[in-house]
Amino acid sequence: MANTDGNGYTIGFATIMVIVVGGILAALATGLKPAIKENERFEKQQNILYAMGVNENGDDTGSVNFIPTDKVEEEFTKYIKETYIIQGGKIAQSDEAFKVDMKKESKLAKSTRKMPLYVGERDGKKFYVIPMYGKGLWDAIWGYVALDDQLVVQGATFDHKGETPGLGANIKERYFMDDFIGESIMNNGKYAGITVAKGNNDPKNLTKDDNEVDAMAGATITGDGVTAMIKSTLKSYIPHIQKLK
Amino acid sequence: MGLLSKKDQKLILDPLSDDNPITIQVLGICSALAITAQLKASIVMAVSVLFVLGIGNVVISLMRNIIPSKIRIIVQLIVVATLVIIVDQVLKAYAYSLSKELSVFVGLIITNCIIMGRFEAFALGNGPYKSFLDGIGNALGYGVILIIVGFFRELLGSGTLLGFKVLGDPIEKTGLYSIGYENNGFMLLSPMALIVVGLIIWVQRSKNPALVEEN
Repeated sequence: MANTDGNGYTIGFATIMVIVVGGILAALATGLKPAIKENERFEKQQNILYAMGVNENGDDTGSVNFIPTDKVEEEFTKYIKETYIIQGGKIAQSDEAFKVDMKKESKLAKSTRKMPLYVGERDGKKFYVIPMYGKGLWDAIWGYVALDDQLVVQGATFDHKGETPGLGANIKERYFMDDFIGESIMNNGKYAGITVAKGNNDPKNLTKDDNEVDAMAGATITGDGVTAMIKSTLKSYIPHIQKLK
Repeated sequence: MGLLSKKDQKLILDPLSDDNPITIQVLGICSALAITAQLKASIVMAVSVLFVLGIGNVVISLMRNIIPSKIRIIVQLIVVATLVIIVDQVLKAYAYSLSKELSVFVGLIITNCIIMGRFEAFALGNGPYKSFLDGIGNALGYGVILIIVGFFRELLGSGTLLGFKVLGDPIEKTGLYSIGYENNGFMLLSPMALIVVGLIIWVQRSKNPALVEEN
């Protein structure tokens, strides 16, 4: 056995190991990239459709059931009629809306940011699906909110990168997302957004015109993140939606 | 267990009880605190560690005679990190929804001191077969504690198990909640994981006084 303590051996071993490991990982990443990209695209389509009520929830009231991945592409083209990009206060129809990287855009100033808008139609009713991106407690949170002509929320879906399981991670649970349905983002003609509120004395969320949904216990910061994300995003969309309808 | 010799059996069974990585060696506590708020997360983490530790131990054991001792810790770290990235990428490509469940835990596997501990203490000095058994045994020992803690934290903290409302509905006031029972939100916070682990250690040591250290 060679002397494994020598400097030359150590450096040689490290070099070979780095090359081998680097090679394996690079090959793997390149080989799997198309499949991963496709999964991400399907997920985005599932989320957009879910927000406008196209999902497989049926009679199930407890869990989130997206359109299955093998059908989502077809359903997406069926329900989403137009896509727009809003930039610098101007709205323009664009096929590139789906490709906009929300994470990248969220770092830009609001005046130069590209903001996608998906306009869908289901059962003769128009839905404006708005993507959003914000900060939770630990990491990024994002979601889609679908509004109708009257600026009433028709559906919402949220997701997160690393919120605490059992606490903040519950933003992607059905009971939290369903609370948004029917909430108006306007209050007496003025923009109010939707607040994830603690102690609003309405845990069953029966009052729909209070611009509030019930917060999750133990997840104050994540809830505040959702509030901030919704408030700042929807505000820039309202004038454009009012023009479109 | 007829397939395994007495010695091999010990490799698997010891970490489950008298040499448990969490309750006796007190390793891997950080991930035990972080992810046991839900039973499902605990199970997923237990399975992931089982996979990484089983294979990682074999890889390190096969390389044990050629690893330069000066950089052995870094080599171990690279092996764990590589395995974890491979698992992560393959899941993302072929089991996307599962990979989303795992998101946070994948990173935590790398930092799990049980894995480095077994590489250093066992795989570097033993053959691949024994190392494999040792890896599986320790991962199971870790997993069992994780699942016990996850069970109690989810049951008492959220009133659910694997997401099912086993105690009734806290808002509709059905089941146990109809007689005034309330969820203990404190169970969902990390400190309670430590207290539950502490209680397990207490029970285990009072049942087997040989485990109690002399001062």
